[in-house]
This record gives sequence, structure tokens and C-alpha cells, in this order.
Amino acid sequence: MDELMLDGNAVAGMLSEVFAVEMTTAAMTCGNCGTSGAVGAMHVFRGAGTVMRCPNCDNAVAKIVKDGTRMWMNFGGMQALEITL
Amino acid sequence: MEGTTVLGRLIWQPADVTGAVAETPRAKTIAFEVPGWAGHRAGQHVDVRLTAEDGYQAERSYSIASAPDGTRVELTVVRIADGEVSPYLTDGLQRGDQIELRGPVGGYFVWEPPLGGPLLLVAGGSGAAPLMAMIRLRAAAGSDVDTRLLLSSRGWDDIIYREELERLNGNGLTVVHTLTVSQPPGWAGYARRVDAEMLAEVGPGPAERPRVYICGPTPFVEAAAQALVHLGHQPEAIKTERFGPTGS
Amino acid sequence: MPPIISRGFRGRRDDAPPGRVPPGQYVTRDFPVLSAGPTPHTQLERWSFTISGEVDEPRRWTWEEFRALPAEEVTTDIHCVTKWSKLDTVWQGVRVDTLLEGIDTSAEYTVAFSDGGYTTNVPLEDLTGGKAWVAFRYGGEPLEPQHGGPARMLVPHLYFWKSAKWVRGLRLTVADEPGFWETNGYHNYGDPWREQRYWGD
Repeated sequence: MDELMLDGNAVAGMLSEVFAVEMTTAAMTCGNCGTSGAVGAMHVFRGAGTVMRCPNCDNAVAKIVKDGTRMWMNFGGMQALEITL
Repeated sequence: MEGTTVLGRLIWQPADVTGAVAETPRAKTIAFEVPGWAGHRAGQHVDVRLTAEDGYQAERSYSIASAPDGTRVELTVVRIADGEVSPYLTDGLQRGDQIELRGPVGGYFVWEPPLGGPLLLVAGGSGAAPLMAMIRLRAAAGSDVDTRLLLSSRGWDDIIYREELERLNGNGLTVVHTLTVSQPPGWAGYARRVDAEMLAEVGPGPAERPRVYICGPTPFVEAAAQALVHLGHQPEAIKTERFGPTGS
Repeated sequence: MPPIISRGFRGRRDDAPPGRVPPGQYVTRDFPVLSAGPTPHTQLERWSFTISGEVDEPRRWTWEEFRALPAEEVTTDIHCVTKWSKLDTVWQGVRVDTLLEGIDTSAEYTVAFSDGGYTTNVPLEDLTGGKAWVAFRYGGEPLEPQHGGPARMLVPHLYFWKSAKWVRGLRLTVADEPGFWETNGYHNYGDPWREQRYWGD
């Protein structure tokens, strides 16, 4: 257990600046262990940037960095993201 | 998975302070008027941004404590002694001041009457805010769905929304308090941190398949979630909102 | 739209002695805990530090061997890319120069690697000449896990994401290999005095 850890909900605001749809209810499949779960249930860590980790295996499924005008997102740790339209 | 809501991208928008109410010695509910607010769902939160004159900025997230009500949004803030943002919000803001908000966000941690119950709501300190939005919405909608709120506070005077919860108790809502640090004379209720035994007594049990929402400081949420899984509740039925180490 | 100024909001910042603090930084007396992942808890009996990559033979120290190396006290300012700076922090650590003693390499770059998978790249010349340490004590106490203990890199002339927490070794490389954050927006070098926070800065 890590005191610092937050839920995927914590990045809802940041994601809402980019995505036109609610992201916390989207389903993410981990590229490392294959388990699926809501983005809202991911484990979120704040380091220099933001990291979202699979609650099952801790794999970094997403990394997000922001400056005033740019945002960098890496979803390389994710196998797929499913959004219900 | 539940369906998504099409939002359009969200931006920072101004919010005007219209009033404030002291809930406890350390907690205050601040009411904002947010021009253009398109409404929110119970359980969602907003990000708050403060900018100083020299450009220095700080951002924090706060759950919306009020049920949807036009352009009115209420946030309950607990003042952290050394905090950077909370003392400003509780002690510095005056009617007419402006802050910036971005939201509402967080469709994952949401309840509305069509979802039904039974509901088990577990709150640690300021974690009560989003669950109170759910309880207020439930009351406004005239719902009598079986709802149990287990609220952990340090002492009697630290219970947020205490009087309103007393009034709403009944009609399917049961409020159970645990006071972890100090108890008033003659206190017969729980006097310890939330644990599996307490959760089993408060119920509902796993066989009733309740929707569970847990909110508060990260260690509190971890302990409660693990205890519920240990009691046999399905992890997928448990939604958590961790506030970080201090719960601020 | 420019941000709305909140009347009377100042935040919690210390005054910065002029010239002491890089551009865009604010001084704090706290030590914020920022982390890209859960805190590892490696037992000392299983800890080791390895220098690998462009070397004839990897070199490895157990905790006892590492702690038997000459170490020194370092007082320095540290600067986090998230804008806080902390002045006069006191550490104890082994100079990277000491760890590299006697090692021949054609490598010009390094990758620090940590428990939990974090990596960060630093040119070899930025770790040598007394500019960097593997630190195991902070503020007179053993380095706490939440701040990177049992040992972390200490490279104070660069933004602090280059000072990898929970470090387990350095891989010496011929080509520069951007690490965990450098591949996703953060500047490849990270000099706080030139405000090199992000790509393109």
C-alpha cells in the first residue's frame, strides 16, 4: 500500500482538457498482464509527471506530462482503451 | 462498463463565492455560483486553481458536496494546518471573490437513483463530501433505497454534516458514526478505526450485492476496501476515491 | 484566457536569496514526496549496486561493500521540475567517481536504473568530477524509503528527476538512451539554470 497513491479519478480533470468524452469510465486493458478495468480504478502516482499503473501488476499503462501549453501522453503500457460512445 | 458522457473539452472557468458555512472547527462548506455550469452528477469533483499576483499557481481537487442545483456548487474544505490551499479557501475567501474551477469530472465515482442499491457509503473525514452529494440527491429524488453511511471522524465536533444527517436519517437511510480519537461522555457507538468487524455489522452483506463507495485519505480507503473484499464483497462492486496521504 | 487572480492568495513559499534559485522555482522548507510508482522496500540483504554496460566486466557491490566505500557529506540545493527548490539539503553519499575508479569505458552516457523500473539518462561527464553521488543518508538520518532509500542518485546540478530514487545501478552506454520521463516530454538534459524542463526548451 502506498500512501501517495490516488485513483484514476484524480486525473479526470487533466484528461478532460483533451478528451471530449468522460475518460474515467473507459476500460483499459493492461499490456503486461492483460487484465481490464475502468480508468477510474487505475492507481495514479504523481512524480515529475503523472503515471497510471495497472492495479493488478503495477505496470505503467500511461504517462502524462504537461507544461503550460503542451501535453505529452504515452499509452504504451496499455494494450487497448475501450470507450463507449 | 457504464456509458460515457460526451463533455466537450473542459476549461478553467470562474466561480464566484456566494457564502460559506462552518461545518466543524476545521471544515467549511463554501458555496459558489458558476456562470454557465451545466450541472453535475453526485460523486463528481472539480479541480480548483488559485493564481497569485506573481503568477504562482496551485491546483487541488475537491469533491462536490451539493446535489445538482442549477449553477450552484458547494465544496467542503478541511483546513490542513500547514496547507497551501485549504487555509486560503477556509480563511481567506470572502463573498464576491473568484477562484477557477474545472469540471465536473469523475464519472467513475458517481451514484444516481436509477443505479439503485442497496448502498454502502464509507467515509473518512472530508471523504464524506461526495457521499453527501449522493445522499442529498437521494433525498431530493424521494428515493428510499437502502443506504448505509459509515462515517469515521475524530470526535463528535469533527463530524461534518452531523445535523443534516440526523434529520435525513430514516426512510431507508441509516447513519452510523465511529469516533476514533475522542468520544463524548456516555458514547455507546463505535470508537475505533473502521475494520472488517464493523463493516460486517453495519452491512449490507455481500449476498445483497450492495454498491459500495469509499472516500477519504488513502490509508483509510485502502483499509476499508481490503476489509470489504476480505468479507466477500466483489472488488468490482467497490468504488474508491482516495484523497492522498493527508486527505487534503 | 489569462488565469483569474485570486485575491490575497500567496501560496506557501519561502523568500529566495537573490541569484540562489533558478528561474521559475519557488523555495520550500518541506520535502515534497513525488513518485512515479509505489515505494519499493528492498531488503538490504538483497540490495546491490551494479555498474554494467560498456565495461569489460560489470562491477557489483552488496550493501556492506557499498557502505565500506569512502563516503562524504554533501550540502547542496536541489531543484524539482515541478517548481519547488530546497536549499542547503544535507546528504551523505559515495561519489560516483569512487564507484567508477579503475573502470575503462568508451561510454559517454549512462542510464541510472531503479527498483520499480524507473530509468533516467545522464551524460557520464555529469556524474564525474565530484558532481554526483549515490546517497544513503539525508538530514543526518538513513534515507527513508519515501525519499528513495536505501540509496538514490544525487545529481544536484540537474533537475531532481535525474536523481533516481531506489537506484540499483548505472548502465554505461555509447549512445544516449532517454529514460522514463525523457521519452515522454521532459527535457533530455535538464539544466535548471537554463530552465530545461520540457522537450524543446
